[in-house]
Amino acid sequence: MEIPYDHENHPVTGVYNAKLGIWLFLASEVLFFGALFSTYILLRIGAGGVAGAWPHGADLLNIPLATINTVILITSSLTMVMAWASLKLGRFSKFQIYFAVTILLALAFLVIKGFEYGEEFAHGRYPSTSTYLAVYFTMTGVHGLHILLGVVVNVYHLFSAKAIYAENSERMINRIEVAGLYWHFVDLVWIFLFPVLYLL
Amino acid sequence: MSAEHTAEHLQQQVRVYFIVFLSLMVLTVVTVAVSRLHLPVGGAIAVALVVASVKGLLVAGIFMHLFHDKFPFIFKVLIFSVIFFIVMIGLFMFGYFDTFASERAILEAPALEEHH
Repeated sequence: MEIPYDHENHPVTGVYNAKLGIWLFLASEVLFFGALFSTYILLRIGAGGVAGAWPHGADLLNIPLATINTVILITSSLTMVMAWASLKLGRFSKFQIYFAVTILLALAFLVIKGFEYGEEFAHGRYPSTSTYLAVYFTMTGVHGLHILLGVVVNVYHLFSAKAIYAENSERMINRIEVAGLYWHFVDLVWIFLFPVLYLL
Repeated sequence: MSAEHTAEHLQQQVRVYFIVFLSLMVLTVVTVAVSRLHLPVGGAIAVALVVASVKGLLVAGIFMHLFHDKFPFIFKVLIFSVIFFIVMIGLFMFGYFDTFASERAILEAPALEEHH
């Protein structure tokens, strides 16, 4: 059975259904991460009057590793959008390269994050150690889970792309666009997490 | 719009993607560099959030095609998200400056008496 409006635009919304769906999901994600950010703001202001209650992120965390991770995520956003553009231009092999690089960069991000966590644990810093570390591990942990989910979806797309592209190229292009919207959002969240947790 | 026109437009877009990528890299360097200047807390937060907002705008506007797509329905949905986000922070702030502030004043009062 044919799924309606999976590659042609719906006359009411003006977009195909998957694009509408991912934007509604991302709107809910704004509120999900928004709740975490507002919790951070409240706890930080609440600790403001007590000396040493809210440490400077740079004193505890590894800034060079976090900066490398920021560069990795931004680069992965570029490779993701290039994967979509390559597919749109009909260059399937280029799409495969860009998309595979996106997945590898995401895995590199997770490996570096693992090293960072390992470093914190080696120094006896756990989520239960302080409010700051509880916030740090919660926010970066949830973000890391989003990265992991993105990797799973992208790996599936990488291996299923050829058959779907041969059957209906527009459908595959749309799938990559939707995966890309999710991926850029995850990058966008990190763009705010990095200064807030590490540099301020 | 013809297929060639679309391809030409996409080629132009690809150049824009690379320019945005370079801008994001430069802004990342700026963020880290400014944090090493040890500005007062208020100034450091303002600079970091302004730079992060510009980066976020570039990602959402160019990579996520929000500037290009002109999809009004999404803007309506996102405006609601932003409004609820502001309300969420506002509720926390009101709560903090009301109850917590008065509780702290009560807790600090005996310590002041001892000091004198």
